[in-house]
Amino acid sequence: MKHDIVIIGGGPAGLAAAVAAFDGGVKDVVILERGEELGGILNQCIHNGFGLTRFKESLSGPEYAERFIDKVRERGIKYYLETTVISLDKNKTVKAVNPELGFFTIEAKSIILAMGCRERSRGALNVAGTRPAGIYSAGTAQKYVNVKGYMPGKEVVILGSGDIGLIMARRMTLEGAKVHAVCEIMPYSSGLKRNIVQCLDDFGIPLYLNHTITKIEGTDRVTGVTISEVDAQKRPITGTERHFSCDTVLFSVGLIPENELTKSCGITLSPKTRGAVVSQTRETMERGIFACGNVLQVHDLVDFVSEEAEIAGRYSAQYVLNGEGVYDFLDTQAGDNISYVLPQKINKGVDGNVKLFFRVKNTFKNCTIRIKSGNEVILERKKKIAVPGEMETLILTADKVQNLSSPVTVELEV
Amino acid sequence: MFDVLVIGGGVIGASVLRELSKYDLKICLLEKESDVCMGASRANSGVVHAGFDAAEGTLKAKFNVEGNLMMEGICKELGVKYKKNGSLVVAFSDEDLNTLQSLKARGEANGVGELEIISAEELRELEPNLSDEAVGALYAKTGGIVCPYELTISLIGNAMDNGAVLYTDFEAVSAKKEKGAFTVTASDGRQVQGKIVVNCAGLYSGKVAEFFGDDSIKIGARKGEYILLDRECAGFVTRTLFFTPTKLGKGVLVLPTVDNNILLGPTAEEMDIPDTETTQEGLNWVIEKAKKMCKNIPFYNTITSFAGIRAYSDRHDFIVEKSPKVEGLINCAGIESPGLTSAPAIAKYVVNGLIGALLPLNKNVEFNPYRRPDYFFKNLTDEEKNQIIKKDPTYGRIICRCEQITEGEIICACTENPRATTVDGVKRRTRAGMGRCQGGFCQPYVAEIIAKCNNLPLTEVTKSGKKSNLLQGVSK
Repeated sequence: MKHDIVIIGGGPAGLAAAVAAFDGGVKDVVILERGEELGGILNQCIHNGFGLTRFKESLSGPEYAERFIDKVRERGIKYYLETTVISLDKNKTVKAVNPELGFFTIEAKSIILAMGCRERSRGALNVAGTRPAGIYSAGTAQKYVNVKGYMPGKEVVILGSGDIGLIMARRMTLEGAKVHAVCEIMPYSSGLKRNIVQCLDDFGIPLYLNHTITKIEGTDRVTGVTISEVDAQKRPITGTERHFSCDTVLFSVGLIPENELTKSCGITLSPKTRGAVVSQTRETMERGIFACGNVLQVHDLVDFVSEEAEIAGRYSAQYVLNGEGVYDFLDTQAGDNISYVLPQKINKGVDGNVKLFFRVKNTFKNCTIRIKSGNEVILERKKKIAVPGEMETLILTADKVQNLSSPVTVELEV
Repeated sequence: MFDVLVIGGGVIGASVLRELSKYDLKICLLEKESDVCMGASRANSGVVHAGFDAAEGTLKAKFNVEGNLMMEGICKELGVKYKKNGSLVVAFSDEDLNTLQSLKARGEANGVGELEIISAEELRELEPNLSDEAVGALYAKTGGIVCPYELTISLIGNAMDNGAVLYTDFEAVSAKKEKGAFTVTASDGRQVQGKIVVNCAGLYSGKVAEFFGDDSIKIGARKGEYILLDRECAGFVTRTLFFTPTKLGKGVLVLPTVDNNILLGPTAEEMDIPDTETTQEGLNWVIEKAKKMCKNIPFYNTITSFAGIRAYSDRHDFIVEKSPKVEGLINCAGIESPGLTSAPAIAKYVVNGLIGALLPLNKNVEFNPYRRPDYFFKNLTDEEKNQIIKKDPTYGRIICRCEQITEGEIICACTENPRATTVDGVKRRTRAGMGRCQGGFCQPYVAEIIAKCNNLPLTEVTKSGKKSNLLQGVSK
């Protein structure tokens, strides 16, 4: 089988990339999706708040996905469902499996990686205690409640204040469960401010910052947890233990880009984002292989995923139509108080503005964010507040990009 | 009426059962949990020991060396993954180096082949991630690794394919003997009769012996906590790394598993009331010790931590004997390390040596040592897989993305001997849910397959039997 562009993943990133690639002039685009339907994780996100940035209206996850699925269908873009990609190589040969075709390979001219991310599990944290039923990552619980129609439990404690955890605190409450506590080991929540207000505060669910679960109890089913306050080194402080009886523990302790295929293909990854190193076109360090959405960096809002995917789709189409462009890279780097910057490379051979995405390391008030090239400040913005849970962006205009001669650093000064 | 009842579905009971299934006997396995392999055999290091550890003349030494030689063949028959990866006992001091000499001598006395003392330089060539403080090692090339639950479940499955019967949720609580036969009663009142009973009840073997009227067995429990790293770390170490034993104990192991994970552990905590909780202190101790063994351990790739319980007897050697008190009762007890390695040899001795003295052993002419090919889907070529998918498309639908396990394999686990009825049961048979997301994505699908295969509502599906239901009702 041969196709011009193969997109791995039919979630928000894959869908937007497919439409942009098609509209960019490449008609032979195919999406490989492992789930039973297009839309990815949006299908289980039945709450609203999606699309505020992009469509200026508040949509549910499935509604947001539907807008892109419609576009894919209108264009007649081919997609395979229940199709899992097994491997991928630098020659752009994709091996996949599905019930209908069995194992098959596709030779592609360009590939767009859009596999999304997975939740960090309890196991990754070495939380002590027993291993009974009733321990779920927040997204698994969301799947049970919203898609399968079942309640994972009735008395709940949540570890981690990521957005899915916050959303599930509200969701479980609305379904009649009692959410006793949300514990966050950091001094701040990693979730969006609006979710703290709408999902916890409005329902009187306590958020314990600087707290973690130190023990899980129960033989068959969870019967309780102990939480403790932590010190600056994140070590539990003796004497601060507090016990909750519960039958369920949800973990919302971070998302990890699913880059196993990327790694097996030998594509360079960033240790900070755990996604591929890309330029502003979202091309990885392998020519013609692009990445976008949560497989590249974990976004807060799907609106930004779509935006990023459209960039990848557009440049993937250009790659197929025009072949390799000019590559003249400058690095970007995270300076003081910044955890990462994406893209990691700016390709001066590409025209146009470059939008830099980055996250700050802590909560900062009345601060200044600066972009420097070498020692020269090329952009400066004052911010009243910057928090790790909300991605920051700054645009380097095309003229500024052309004049760059040294690596670009983003830094924050208090 | 069965000829032989085996109590306990761990690796010892499983090995005895499978050995018995080679003969024309009516045999039955009694397991108190909802699934087999729920005790020591489900959570241990999976090491096939070379045999230099146990003192000369002990049962441990004898069965270890014999079992080591048998393991590869059994794994081949059953399609169980086995790797002769070699073991290194690493020395960190001159005193350790002296100990290595005596270990080597002991191993040779036990009949272990291919033992060699290697220098620090050779050691680093073999294992580049080893600590710079290491000064030498005893290299045992016959050391290996196996997946303990895959082995146990496969042994029982093969025995069942050859006619053995399995009763799960059968917690034997009393026994009486009449007219040369035992009647064993379970906690729920079920009864089963057998002429001979083999007690392989692990942690509970003392208790079981007691209600048969034999109080000769005293069992203690030791907990071992482990940390497991993603198979992305494959190759971090390739051999099983032991600390040189000192008066203070053996320390932790750092080793690969047959599924390419890296395993760190165990602790050794004496337990009055056995539990399998992990503790912060225990896991921290494992981390600390592992860091002494190796540098740059990729702890950020931790995917889970767990604890297992091992039983030991006050005799500090295996107990494999006819009960001194009860005719027809055979005790296999106190089977601590190297029990997994020794299991095939223990089974052979129990069946041929002990049971053979009590019952005629006629060959089961229909005995088939192999398992059905469905179990080996993963090992097939793409063409072979496609032939199966054409006939059964469920083998083309991947359910567990991390370990790439298909719906067909999960259905097979739920329908073939010994049938999985729980999420953990499916996990131990197929590895679905054992990968880096720990079932986050696949668990709802696995639960649905279990529900369908067992004709249960989803709310009745459990993680590991009893009251471990995954769900607590339906949403509004």
